[in-house]
This record gives sequence, structure tokens and C-alpha cells, in this order.
Amino acid sequence: MSAPAVSVPSSPSHTLRNAVIRLAGNSQDGIQSIGGFLGRLAGRTAHEVMTYMTIPSTISGGPSIFQVHLGSGEVLTAGDEADVLVAFYQHSYDSHISALRNGGICLYDSGEVNEIKNERGIHHFGIPLTAATVEALGGSARDRGKNMLVLGLICAVFGLDKEKLVTIVTRQFGKKDESVLRNALLAFDAGYAYQIGDLEKFAFEPGEAQEANRISTDGNQMLSLGLLAAGVRYGSAYPITPWSPIMETLRIELPKYGGIFVQAEDELAAISMAIGASFAGHLAITGSSGPGISLKQEALGYASMAELPLIVVNVQRGGPSTGLPTSVEQSDLMQAIYGSHGDTPRFVLAPKDVEDCFYIALEAGRIARKYSCPVIILSDQALSSRIEAFTEPDVDKHWVEPSLDLSPRGEEFRPYPLDKTTRHAPPGSKMAAGKYPHISGLEHDEWGHPSGNAKMHQEMTNKRRQKLLDAAAEFPLPEIHGESAGDALLIAWGSAWGPVKEATDRLRSEGYHIGAANMRHLHPMPNGLEKVFAGYKHVIAVEMNDSGAYGFGQLAMLLRARYADPKIKSVCKTDGLAFRVREIVTGVEKHLAGK
Amino acid sequence: MSTAVAPATAAPVADKLTKKQLIADHPTWCPGCGDFAVLAVFYKVLEKLQIPQEKIVVVAGIGCSSRFPYFMNTHSLHFIHGRALPLATGVSLSRPDVHVFVFGGDGDGFSIGGNHLNHAARKNIKLTYVIMDNFVYGLTKNQTSPTTPIGRKSKTDPIGAIDRPINPMKQLLASGATFIGRTHATQVKHMDELFTRAIEHDGFSVIECLSECTMFYPGAFDDGNPRKGGAFDVIDEKQHDVKDDVAAFKLADLPSPGKFGVFYQVNRPTKNELEQRWIDDSQAKLGGASQKDILKKRFEAMR
Repeated sequence: MSAPAVSVPSSPSHTLRNAVIRLAGNSQDGIQSIGGFLGRLAGRTAHEVMTYMTIPSTISGGPSIFQVHLGSGEVLTAGDEADVLVAFYQHSYDSHISALRNGGICLYDSGEVNEIKNERGIHHFGIPLTAATVEALGGSARDRGKNMLVLGLICAVFGLDKEKLVTIVTRQFGKKDESVLRNALLAFDAGYAYQIGDLEKFAFEPGEAQEANRISTDGNQMLSLGLLAAGVRYGSAYPITPWSPIMETLRIELPKYGGIFVQAEDELAAISMAIGASFAGHLAITGSSGPGISLKQEALGYASMAELPLIVVNVQRGGPSTGLPTSVEQSDLMQAIYGSHGDTPRFVLAPKDVEDCFYIALEAGRIARKYSCPVIILSDQALSSRIEAFTEPDVDKHWVEPSLDLSPRGEEFRPYPLDKTTRHAPPGSKMAAGKYPHISGLEHDEWGHPSGNAKMHQEMTNKRRQKLLDAAAEFPLPEIHGESAGDALLIAWGSAWGPVKEATDRLRSEGYHIGAANMRHLHPMPNGLEKVFAGYKHVIAVEMNDSGAYGFGQLAMLLRARYADPKIKSVCKTDGLAFRVREIVTGVEKHLAGK
Repeated sequence: MSTAVAPATAAPVADKLTKKQLIADHPTWCPGCGDFAVLAVFYKVLEKLQIPQEKIVVVAGIGCSSRFPYFMNTHSLHFIHGRALPLATGVSLSRPDVHVFVFGGDGDGFSIGGNHLNHAARKNIKLTYVIMDNFVYGLTKNQTSPTTPIGRKSKTDPIGAIDRPINPMKQLLASGATFIGRTHATQVKHMDELFTRAIEHDGFSVIECLSECTMFYPGAFDDGNPRKGGAFDVIDEKQHDVKDDVAAFKLADLPSPGKFGVFYQVNRPTKNELEQRWIDDSQAKLGGASQKDILKKRFEAMR
């Protein structure tokens, strides 16, 4: 088979503005690490990057993909279609060739893939990935290192900065046995030097001038580091996918900061331990995903009732029950707001991208302290594991020094004053009046004594609700991307923001007048959204959850409940995958056409 | 400001702690309830040990006995059913300067919160836990509890309990608790002695205190009360080696009313101590860098 001159974009210089590379293999092939290296490289070469991966929820084995979107301009999604597919096996080829765009490039392991389809102008290049790896590493190595060979190939094809890439690889493997690094570099060099028929080479446009100190990492890392900057020093959790990396990071990092993270015996114990640390005067954190968050609900309600500050992270995954542990969904919004029995005010925030995971942790810490109330951070599986490049946060500017206020409390002190926000006196604080506070989950009076008084319950309910009203007045309105009036306002939350923003640009280029807003503060919502909505014919919430009995997603339901405005509509999906831009464009066009 | 605080000591302070200061609301327990005596002894022991009032923390879950925090004029927290131990774990680990006490019943300890008991015990969390065992669910008005003897009738076992009850001492011995005692709410002097030893123990100390529910299970513990013709048989520690868990298991197997006193006591590092060691080692490796600089360096490494 011979391929004609390939043009990934139709540019004579073969200079790329961006490219989407999909690596398809099995979970043990180390394709995630190829993506990780490319992501880190992008961070260091002023390029943008976004990755996307699917991993099977089995222990080892099973099909897995990693998709990297590298670009010189703003990269908002992991890409709808791939420009390049690297297929490790026949099943990888069969499952993913349809994800390759017309005229794209497919590199496949010629020792594994036997049947190829010559269709849609796709250019196929068979490379003996396995054999070449074994040859490069010598007999006993088998095919371990195939991923590094592919990284070398990609480096050569796209003219990536080889020196920087080798530095990143060296730093990663340098900590391990010497032979591990040697083999990795041998395989990399073999891939770099491999002559792929008449495939032409490409080069990325130089990245746009970026500020110094760019880093590239995933959402779970940024959330963990944000919690450290927010002054969180105590926490507890139970392992669950995709939350676990946060607890692993905090378990290792917190001792350096004088703190402790406890691996609890179960989810109920985990949130209880965190509430214990909060009662003890610290801002504490627990977190989980799907099933674990359900288990925490009773204690979460206690934190609302007892008015204790607490951060609860929910890295949302797919489906009800055990569902799809390694897929993405945004179906826990209603649970986050209303999940416990009784009226249990709490705050709900969602980060819009990997970088924002850091800032959302700071915001959660600020709110939890200010209102002495639980704050839920709704991250999701896509944010948790995808890699993005961005400017390193200014630690000096955002640092919150942890504090423990053990000062003696005056005669006027009450744990639950009806006319003020609760400010607890943690154990160790002396009480001037000699009267010590009770912290209680029973309805209580201002001292925390149990009270079944009807008036008291109403007044305490009002007091707890007031936090939400105050915050709604305080929270900023979302910024508008695109047009501030027109055909439609698209509303996103969480990881849907990137594709929504790109869909907005695409719809505008098609002639529609579209704006887009991201909701960081989901509960309470900021006051004044109705003024933002006023200029649009449609307000469309785009979210990864089911449209349910009434045809609306969870955020759309809330918006409709609040504004009772029939122009609020939904674009929903629940296939466990991140939004493709074209899915949003199609959904929005349907509403615009009045269908 | 650092959140680190010095470990607790029972050293007396200038303002002398009196029993009177510790009294809060009048208990809501039924007349004659065994829990009154437990509360009275606890006041007395705290006064004796002169623990600073602001450093006493009393935690409970749900149940009659778990109303305890409201009757203590100290920092106190009344939590949800079964989770008092993990909550107390959070307090103990994050605040080594305070004394943490947990009170609860057989439902909290052996049923809905059973798993937490195993883990708080094996981790040897520094705190004292008193299980006021009445062999019945009293707050919800007479259902079978995990310690209800076979044959005893209740609203959920009208023909008599059919499930084998938990043997609290065996359960506690298997859990890995480092101080395990058993006492009786009618034996004030013995409770005093046992509470004192439990509080002075460096680790997870747990006491089962038989405390009669006069409303639903009157006379349940008469066989351990000499005034009612029973036998209060205290363990002779000259005969019983408290470090010998096999011997303790044998004591736990004796028929009702069994033995009272310290079944088991050993010293093992607490989780509080082990976590602090890790903190000290981690910080020593960083050569005294400020917390802010540690985070800055972490970001630098990600560039």
C-alpha cells in the first residue's frame, strides 16, 4: 500500500495548529504514560493540551484509549475526531477506526492488525511495533516498552522537541532502576529513528506566548494541591474510583504540612472522622465518588444541622449504583443539593477545568469557613484524569494559613445564635461564663440543648437557610463567552464547559448569535441570573445527565424551578463519554429550529 | 500559626475543677436507670484527675446512654447513630491536647457501629470508650439488642430472642483494644477505679458497664449485684495476667454474671503517636522549609 502525500491540515508547509492523536490498546500497554509525557511536553513548549482516556474498571487488561489534543491555540476539548490513530491490536483498530477523521493517519502494529479497511481516504502505515520493540530491547524484554517506541515515533512525525521530551522521560524513569530508564530510552530512540514509508513529517506552529511557569497535570492533582493551599490539614476517606488519587496524594502530602489524612474503614467513618476534625476546630475534608457519597449522606446532613465547616469532594462517575466506575457523568447535582433527609442547607460548587480545580478548592475553603457549613465540590471523572497545561498558581497570593482559634469565649457566646452566623468554640477554648456549648444533631436552642419547640425549629431552619440567601447575594454572576444577547445562552457546569465553549464558537461561525456561561456556584446560584437570561431567545443547559420524566436535565430543572421560564431547555446525554462538540451543536440547533 | 498542639497531660491547673462545674442539664433518663450512677462516677473521676474543664470532650451517638453529652458541662457533641467512634477518632488525631471520651450503648457499639469499634480499637486511637450495656433497645422502647440473651421477649422477638448474642468481652479482645474492662453500674467504687485506669491508659481503652434499663429490662443484672443476691466477682490480677489474651478469652466465657475488672491491658503505640512520627520524619526531610515553600516547590517540580 502506498499513500499519497498526506496533509493533516491542508497546509503546504505541513505546519499544524493542532492535532488529535488517539492511542488505542490495552490498559497494560502504558498508553496513558505516552499521553502523560505528551501532556507535560505541551506544558513546557507553550502549547495547549487536553487529554482524554477511558480505562476498563478491571484490575488489569481490557481495551483502553488515551487521546491527546495538542495545539497552538486554545484547546477546549479532547477532540471530537482523531487526526491520527495508533492501533496496537486488531480490536483497537476495529473499535476506533471510525473515530479517525476522513483522510486521517492510522499507524498500526503490523504484527497484530491483519485486516485494514481502505476507506474515507485514510492513510494506513503498518509498523511492526511489537517486533521493533523486542529488537530494540533485546530478547527478554518482550514487548514492554512498546509505548516508548510509539512515543519516539510520534516525536519524529510531529517534530516535537526531542530534547525536552527525553528530559521528561528521564525524570519519570530516573527514580526507578537504571535498566528501566535505559530500556525506555532505547525503545524511544528506535521509534524516533524508524522510517515510516512515505509519511511526511509535520511541525506544530509555535505556541502562543504564554506566561512563564506553565505546568501540566490532571484535575485530581490540582484539587489536592488546592486543598493544601486552602489550609486544609485533616481529612479522611475510603478508596473508590475515580476519587482515590486525591486521597493518595493527601495521605502522602499532609504529613509534610503537619496534618493527617486517615484511610477510614468505610465511607460513614470517613465523613465522621472529618466532621470530628472540623468540630475540633480545623477545616477538614472528605471525598468519594457515586456510591460513597450516597453512604455519607446521613453524616453530611449532620454537618448542616450542627453547622460545622466541611469540604466534601465528589468526583462524579457514571450511572446509578456501581454504574460505570471509570466513565464520566454529571448526575449527582440533585443529590449534592438535596441528598440528605430534612432541609440541610449546603453549598455546591463545580470546577470548570483542570486549572479551576485548584481555585475551586480555595473557594470551598473560604465558603465553609465563612458560613460554617458543608461545601460540596462536584468534580467528575473527565476532570479527574485528563491532563491540561496552564499557568502555575501564585501560591503567595492564594495561600491560606491554617488556624485554630482557642481564644477564651466571652459571656455572650452561643454556639447557635439566632441572629448571627455560627462561630464554634472548639474544644480547648475556655468559656468565660463557665457554660460549655453542646454540638447537636437534634434540633436545638442557641446553646445546643435539644429543643422540640415548634417556633425554635422554624427559627433555626430560617437561620440555617439564611446562609444560602447571603451567599446568593455575594456570589458573582458567570461571565459570558460570546454574545451577551441573541439566539441562545448555553449554560454549562463542570467539565462540560470546554466543549460548550467550543460549540458556542462553532455555532457563531455558522451565523447564530450565541453566548455561553459556566456555573461555578451551583447552590445557591448567584442572584440576578434572570437579567443575564433576558437577552436570549433560548437558555439551554448542557449537561451529562438524563432528561428524566419531564425532559430536562438536573441543572435545567433547577433553573426552571427558580425562574419558571419556559425558554429554559436541556441538551443532555448519558453515554459515559465527555461531550463531543458536534453533539452540543446538533442539540442546540434542534432547539433553535423549534423542534 | 501552626495547628500543632502539645499532647494532653492530666496535670492540675490553677482553677480547680469541681464536680459542680461539670453538671449540665438534669438527665432525661427514667427514674432508677443505671446510667445515673455512671454519670455521677464520671463527674467524680474527672474531679479527682483534675483534667482542665476546657480540655474534656464528650462524644456520643444515639441511644438513651448517648444523651450523656447534654448532661456534661464540657465541650461535647451528640452525633448520629453508631458513628461516635469515628467522630471521636477525628477529634483525637487532630487534637492531641484534649481528652476524648465516648459514651454509648450496646446498639451503638455492637450493632449499627460495630465495625467502627473494631477499627478504632485496632488502630489504638487514644480515647476512652464506655459502653453502657443494658441488653435492650430502650430509647425506641423495647426491641432486641445485639446483647439480648436468647429467650428474652421483646417487641421484635415476641416469642423470645432467637439469635446468639454478642459476647462483648470476646468481641473487644478480638478487636485489638489495648485496655478492656468490665464493670457494673451498681458498683460505684469499682466503676471509679476502672474509669480511672482506663483514662490513664495510653491508647484505646474500652469498658463495658452493665447498666440496667429499669423500664424495659428490670433485674437484668441482679445476678451481678450482691444487694440483690448476686455475685460481683472481681478479677484477681495476681492470678490473671492482664497481658494474656488467651486467659482473658477464658474469663470472657464464664456464665453470667461473669467476672468484672480489667480483662486485658497492653501497651502498643497509638495511631496518634505513629502519625506524629510520620509527620516529624516528613518534616525533618524537608529541612524546616515553611509549608508555603513546600507547596511552591511542589509546583516547581511540575513545570
